Amino acid sequence: MAEEEKDFIFSDICVEENLVYRKPDTLTDTELHYCPGCGHGVAHKILMEVVDELGIQNETIGVAPVGCSVFAYHYLNVDMQEAAHGRACAVATGIKRVQPDKFVFTYQGDGDLAAIGTAETIHAANRGENFLIVFINNGVYGMTSGQMAPTTLPGMVTTTSPFGRDTKIHGYPLKIANLVASLPGVAYVTRQSVHKPVNVRKAKKAFQKAFEYQKRGLGTCLVEIVSNCPSNWRMTPLESNKFVEDKMIPFYPLGDLKVPEGK
Amino acid sequence: MTQEAIFSGFGGQGVLTMGMLLGYAGIIEDKEVTWMPSYGPEMRGGTANCITIISDTSISSPIISTFDTLMALNQPSVDKFEEKVKKGGNIIYDSTNIINVPTRKDINIYAVPGSETAVRLKNSKVLNMIMLGSFLKVNPILKLESIWKALEQVLPERYHHLIPLNQEAFNTGMELIAK
Amino acid sequence: MSKKKLMKGNEALAEAMIRAGCDAYFGYPITPQSEVIEYLSREATNRTGMVVLQAESEVAAINMIYGSAACGRRVMTTSSSPGISLMQEGLSYIAAAELPCLVANINRGGPGLGTIQPSQGDYFQATKGGGHGDYHLIVLAPSSVQEMVDYVLLGFELSEKYRCPTMLLTDGAIGQMMEKVELFEQMPRKTEFPDWATTGKPKDSDRRIITSLFIQPEKMEQINLGLQRKYREIEKNEVRYQTIDTDDADYIFTGFGLGARICTKAMELGRAKGYKIGVIRPQTLYPFPYDLYFEHSKKVKGIFDVEMNAGQMVEDVRLAVLGNTRVEFYGRMGGIIPTPDEILENFEKMFLQ
Repeated sequence: MAEEEKDFIFSDICVEENLVYRKPDTLTDTELHYCPGCGHGVAHKILMEVVDELGIQNETIGVAPVGCSVFAYHYLNVDMQEAAHGRACAVATGIKRVQPDKFVFTYQGDGDLAAIGTAETIHAANRGENFLIVFINNGVYGMTSGQMAPTTLPGMVTTTSPFGRDTKIHGYPLKIANLVASLPGVAYVTRQSVHKPVNVRKAKKAFQKAFEYQKRGLGTCLVEIVSNCPSNWRMTPLESNKFVEDKMIPFYPLGDLKVPEGK
Repeated sequence: MTQEAIFSGFGGQGVLTMGMLLGYAGIIEDKEVTWMPSYGPEMRGGTANCITIISDTSISSPIISTFDTLMALNQPSVDKFEEKVKKGGNIIYDSTNIINVPTRKDINIYAVPGSETAVRLKNSKVLNMIMLGSFLKVNPILKLESIWKALEQVLPERYHHLIPLNQEAFNTGMELIAK
Repeated sequence: MSKKKLMKGNEALAEAMIRAGCDAYFGYPITPQSEVIEYLSREATNRTGMVVLQAESEVAAINMIYGSAACGRRVMTTSSSPGISLMQEGLSYIAAAELPCLVANINRGGPGLGTIQPSQGDYFQATKGGGHGDYHLIVLAPSSVQEMVDYVLLGFELSEKYRCPTMLLTDGAIGQMMEKVELFEQMPRKTEFPDWATTGKPKDSDRRIITSLFIQPEKMEQINLGLQRKYREIEKNEVRYQTIDTDDADYIFTGFGLGARICTKAMELGRAKGYKIGVIRPQTLYPFPYDLYFEHSKKVKGIFDVEMNAGQMVEDVRLAVLGNTRVEFYGRMGGIIPTPDEILENFEKMFLQ
């Protein structure tokens, strides 16, 4: 599109009165590096929309993991720390304990949170650390190109389970959100998805609640997003969303696993 | 003045406390002090010891090879450390517990019936205070009032009613040397 | 009443931490240094509001340090050898992200689970990096309970000045022994934080990013060059050591921490026998006083290095003297502390017979 043509379209159509969508200032202008159809982009967007709407951009510190979202700090326009693989919840503990009045979140994938970082996750939750854990579960190691994750479904093919995940060899998928929900220090655990607009809206609502609970000091909140990985699932974006609907969600049912007492 | 001493006995006999109390009293008189415990599993029932050095001048090493005074509350302590006492130095030992007594001729040896005396005072826990009294009598390096002050510092408030008993034990220990 | 107190090394370390206005301590119990977290749990929060948290592991503890150090706070952890090994990953990230913090290693005997008795076997790990990649910690080696106190403050100052994690490398014996100490006055906790700290994005400037990830090799090389420039600066400015009676010495005894003090006693015994011995004690192990050893190497008949390990610092001593003089080593391992007699005897055997 030529430069002049673009100007024309903007001034002609996007006049203030009918501006229906604007990227919030809490997201940077950097182009996302995620694969086409990946759920990370949507998850980033709704998370940061919530930060924007709550007006807490200047009092929020995020922690990026190791995994596909290792560069989350390129896109999320808040103070950010990059954690070592699996250590995000320990890093967030350090941040929140010295700045209890700030909003803190981690953004982690299934390998980071539920394999190498299981101890940090469970113990932070068990201490009731008052921050938000965003957990993106797509059942596969994305950044390292498609190895088996602790959350890989039985029978699912990955590069390290080329004949499908055999539970006799590899064990069973870990429902870590259920584990976390069983801990008394935890305020809120919910499982959402971003594969359809209605689910995106629900997921955003979950982030809103989580930040509200953090403000009230209720304890750990974990929002799991059951997501996709078209590239490593070897699917088109559409097929991958169908896989989420047909295979992932039946195994990882959506909904609240724990809500604060008396809400 | 420099006094390089080792206090040795079974864990639970209070040998570490003896050195520590001396150390606190040393600080009260603004002496240089080091107190080095042997620590670890042996503290739980086995043989324990601590090296305590009190000096008017700075102390180079808290670890030393030979001692001015050995305070021995059990047999292994005599067996292990008798040879490490400097020529002209002292061994003070609990003669109630120790059968194979030290034999060296080039040092001063004091047999103190500490455990027996503790039983007479109706409190076996004051053995270390009796022996520390003997130690201070043999080595008058600190003032008695510094020991009393140190006692107040070391003992938690709720045990302060036991101070007179400890003082009595200490004085008795001093007298046992005089005899 | 004198301001001087009789304190255990570990407790003096903890007290100094509180008085230095430390904002947070994250740690995991391990012998022989558990008194540190016990003391802090009793004393710290009530007195200064300092955060004291028992982590689920040393791995978690060092990453809590990373998180809070990146918020510009004055933070510290302590552990002993096996626990320090677990922290190496985090220390590499902290060094790369240039975060100031203080870590004390109350060294015990290894390798493996080893023993809970004192050792100096972690010299290589402490001074040569320890984790992955090209980095250094500033390493201070206290040799007395007083220095356990003084080096806490010095360690915080150096780590903040250079944005470089700093380690106190000491051993179980200094942690457990009691000596006379003079404590510095309580310092206030910080209320203002550096520009780089993640305290929430300022309204009128860019967000802060704490990271050690730079995928582009050219960028990563620049980061490395920056670190190396900093290390050269530290090597130029921060070498610290103590010399005792080296002016007329024919022989130098050397060691660090507790080892150096035992060497000093051995020197006294040797001088009484007519040997002209002096002592060199590096107070900073990184940066190491290479020049000092080189200067002395031109004047003496030999250097006798004593450590509680199989010979680690001696490699730096040999490197320093460039073959100018004879360097011999004597060490004990596995938690055994050499005695002054033993040192002198071995010196006589190696150098005089």
